[in-house]
Amino acid sequence: MDKSAGGVIFEHVTKRYGEVTAVDDVSFRVTQGELVTLLGPSGCGKTTTLRMVAGLEAVSGGRVLIGGVDVTLRAANERDVSMVFQSYALFPHMTVLENVCYGPLSMRVDKGKAREMAREKLSMLGLSEYGARLPSELSGGQQQRVAVARSLVLEPAVLLFDEPLSNLDAKLRRHVREEIRELQQALKLTVLYVTHDQEEALAVSDKIIVMNEGRIAQQGPPEALYEAPETRFLADFIGDANLVDGELTVDVRGTVFAAGGVAAPVEAAGMAAGAVTLAVRPQRLRVVDAGQGVLPGVCRRAAYLGSRVEYVVATAWGDLLVFDGNPRASRRRDDTVGIAFDRDAVIVLQR
Amino acid sequence: MPASRDRATVYIAAVALAALIFVPWAAGGGPSALLRALGGAWVLWPLLVGALAALVCAVRQYDRGTVLAAGAAVVWTLVAALVEGATGASFGLGAAIALSALTVCFARAIARRGVFGGDATVATIVVVIASLLVIFIFFPVAKALLAAVFDAQGRFAPQLALQRLFTEDIWGIGCLAGGTRCGVAINSALLATIVGVLSTLLGLVFALVVQRGGQRYSGVLKLMSILPIVTPPFVIALALVVLFGRTGIVTGWLDTWFGIARSRWLYGLPGVTLAQLLTFSPIAFMILYGALTAISPALEEAAQTLRASRARVFRTVTWPLLRPALANAFLLGFVESLADFGNPIVLAGNFDVLSTKIFFAVAGAQHDPGRAAALASVLLGLTLVAFWLQQRWIGKLSYVTVTGKGDGGTPGKLPRPLWYACFGIAATWIFFTLVCYAIILAGGFVKDIGRGDMTLTFGHFLAGFGMDFDSRGSIFSGSAWDSLFTTIKVAAVAAAPLTAAVGLLAAYVITRHRFVGRRAFEFLTMVSFAIPGTVIGVSYIVAFNVAPLELTGGMAILVLCFVFRNMPVGVRTGVAALAQIDKTLDEASSTLRASTLRTLREVIVPLLRPAILATLVFSFTHAMTAVSAVIFLATAKYNLATVYIIGRVEAGEYPLAIAYSAVLIVVMLVALLALQRFVGETRLGRRSAPVLATGN
Repeated sequence: MDKSAGGVIFEHVTKRYGEVTAVDDVSFRVTQGELVTLLGPSGCGKTTTLRMVAGLEAVSGGRVLIGGVDVTLRAANERDVSMVFQSYALFPHMTVLENVCYGPLSMRVDKGKAREMAREKLSMLGLSEYGARLPSELSGGQQQRVAVARSLVLEPAVLLFDEPLSNLDAKLRRHVREEIRELQQALKLTVLYVTHDQEEALAVSDKIIVMNEGRIAQQGPPEALYEAPETRFLADFIGDANLVDGELTVDVRGTVFAAGGVAAPVEAAGMAAGAVTLAVRPQRLRVVDAGQGVLPGVCRRAAYLGSRVEYVVATAWGDLLVFDGNPRASRRRDDTVGIAFDRDAVIVLQR
Repeated sequence: MPASRDRATVYIAAVALAALIFVPWAAGGGPSALLRALGGAWVLWPLLVGALAALVCAVRQYDRGTVLAAGAAVVWTLVAALVEGATGASFGLGAAIALSALTVCFARAIARRGVFGGDATVATIVVVIASLLVIFIFFPVAKALLAAVFDAQGRFAPQLALQRLFTEDIWGIGCLAGGTRCGVAINSALLATIVGVLSTLLGLVFALVVQRGGQRYSGVLKLMSILPIVTPPFVIALALVVLFGRTGIVTGWLDTWFGIARSRWLYGLPGVTLAQLLTFSPIAFMILYGALTAISPALEEAAQTLRASRARVFRTVTWPLLRPALANAFLLGFVESLADFGNPIVLAGNFDVLSTKIFFAVAGAQHDPGRAAALASVLLGLTLVAFWLQQRWIGKLSYVTVTGKGDGGTPGKLPRPLWYACFGIAATWIFFTLVCYAIILAGGFVKDIGRGDMTLTFGHFLAGFGMDFDSRGSIFSGSAWDSLFTTIKVAAVAAAPLTAAVGLLAAYVITRHRFVGRRAFEFLTMVSFAIPGTVIGVSYIVAFNVAPLELTGGMAILVLCFVFRNMPVGVRTGVAALAQIDKTLDEASSTLRASTLRTLREVIVPLLRPAILATLVFSFTHAMTAVSAVIFLATAKYNLATVYIIGRVEAGEYPLAIAYSAVLIVVMLVALLALQRFVGETRLGRRSAPVLATGN
């Protein structure tokens, strides 16, 4: 299949529940072989969007194309997609093998062939020995892999994941997400992935689509979203950020940001003077000795986390969160300190 | 999907047409619809043309045409048959096949037009069940109630309805003034109120003892939950007659030892009240026990740590939280008492109540359907008001104390005086209940327990359940066999599986699919729950003894009556069970290319197995114990156990009635315990309970 025809195309899709608009004129594209993540706070419409791709929700307006075919009016069982559910949705009364055979049998593949297809996927996911078990006899991670095997067995044009890691404990989560990414890259799967965890999204995605209040807030590769968020919401939502409202002045000497009576030179190419919000990642700030740095402050809180120390420093710009990667040079509460940062370490956002 | 061809609709339309051409149209055989039409029955032509048009449209995938043709043909035929009424032919096999097939065609075609989310299976389930409910609940009840506005010659006479409705017989309040007797409506309301209040109090007493008394009293719980299910509604009344009747055992003792003269005090308000209390307080108990268990112990512990005494905790925390459940228990007791037929028919004497009065207006010497209709509308009105109150008022009252977090702690202890009072009442009442059941179970083995003749005998069982053996094998010669076999056939073989199927399918579409009119459909399926059995019985006998649906006197009408009366139980069980099954399982099945039918067959039905079994047993026992509706419908040929027993009571043959009641109770107990064992094992068969995952 040619590259432009594959994958998912969403064209001006809207979903309304009575008065409430859950998804508002959303358009995006998942190119074949790509892993695209829908990311956003709960209630932002990301799961509804995923379910509209699957055909589990009817769209109120717009078109959905899968593999170049308009499937807007097709029911879920007539679309070339499979879904891994948050709860895994393994049929509790069927064995692992029966669960994985379910899809082929729905398509009237004969029993022997269906088993062969199921065994192949099970062995690919390292589950060969578990075919005769019931889902309730497996661990959470194993159940999750069965759910993936069950979705893969039909080799769908698009594989959908709905928060697949949220029922796993923290250690396992990291491991499984790496597994999913490896599998996706090895088999060149086209995947649409929903999560509310920005770290997970950054780790697995080729492209992230951030949604907020039913609309797309910004989309792009992970680095672009982290390094160059376009809005205050994005800067705050992806990673930690200190947000400071102030004034930007531009003159011959350069660009200067001022708030609370303290000014600092910043890099803000192409920004006009006026009211702006400054976004700074905590790890891009440094705590220095009093009298040095850009602005003075008092250490309000210091939390030692092993790999770093997290400070909250009260300054003229408000309370700033600072991550210090060198825990040995620790400051104490109520110490007078200075805050320093490089002029290109900040993101300036129009207000 | 609109694009693909729907072969099933074509086949079904073809079946409809074939039935019209080849199968006898009317009940009792005769020519097919086509032959009748050719012979001059012009009303059948639109149906024949409609069926042909539906088939042609289905072949050509012209869905709008199929909808119009099939829908118009069915509506026309039903309306024409209603207008013709008794003069027309009664629907037979051909009519049944053709009309059902066209209805299914209609449903599938509207699904293809996009209604019901385009799902033909869902459309078929909803349309078929809704049509059946209209035909077997709304049509008969409406027809029967309308009888109130027609006079004996069948002429329209609205002023007669007013006369019938507002008579001294129904609304008289003479008894309150201490003079003459009250009207039936007042009697019924009075009885229902007394029973409602007292059964709620008794239920509360039991609930407190069992829930706060600890593990020791869990046997009571089990007893109280099973007894009402397996007890036909007049059995308690029988036991009371044996104990306290004019020649009763206790009456006899009181007479000989204390010189208290024998009297007929039992027959009337006191006796019916006592019998209904014994019959219905377990229901109040179950409601209040559930409510007490739902109160988080943490709330009472919080009150205790805030220095409240036991009495204060009960007064300020427990009791207020119980109020919605108390109201609920009262209203259910009220409604059950209103609808009860078995106890009043045995014990009411001169104290007339609505349910028995309706029966005698139709079945007695007076045979006055108009009067029965008037009485039935009063009974239905009272019941609906009670249910309306329950929905309106209690819905708002309910406090949700289940937080989802596992609250630890043990339920608080009751204030001491309250505990002793509750314990005393509960113990006495349990003793009384046990005596009643002992009378029933043992009474069949003595010559005449009602008159104190305690000679041991198997005569009654032999009269009822005797078997003769001769060269040809065994013959069931006992007089009760016929009715027992009919009952089991009707209840277990036909009604129970149908009730379970219809109820659970309705529950499935209600919980799992969103479609226009879903709430209305849900209401429709639950409505028959609020209609007293007597009203249903009188409705069936009025509506189904003439064409186009002449069903009285057969076995089918008994089955239909049970199915549509018990369907709400199936729906509620199904809804509750489906709520436990994560909806993502359906969705997973759907994204794995399974059709709705395959999802139902492979995923839903296997997971619903416990609910299916429960519904089977409930509809079986309900059908075995029902009296009020079927007493109108049972015939000498197709008699039912309960109706047979009532007949024996009326004929004064108490011992045989008691013996038969004991057999019934034992049969149902065995069925129930077998089920519990069976369901229990299907759960334990797996290593652990299946994880019915909880998504968001």
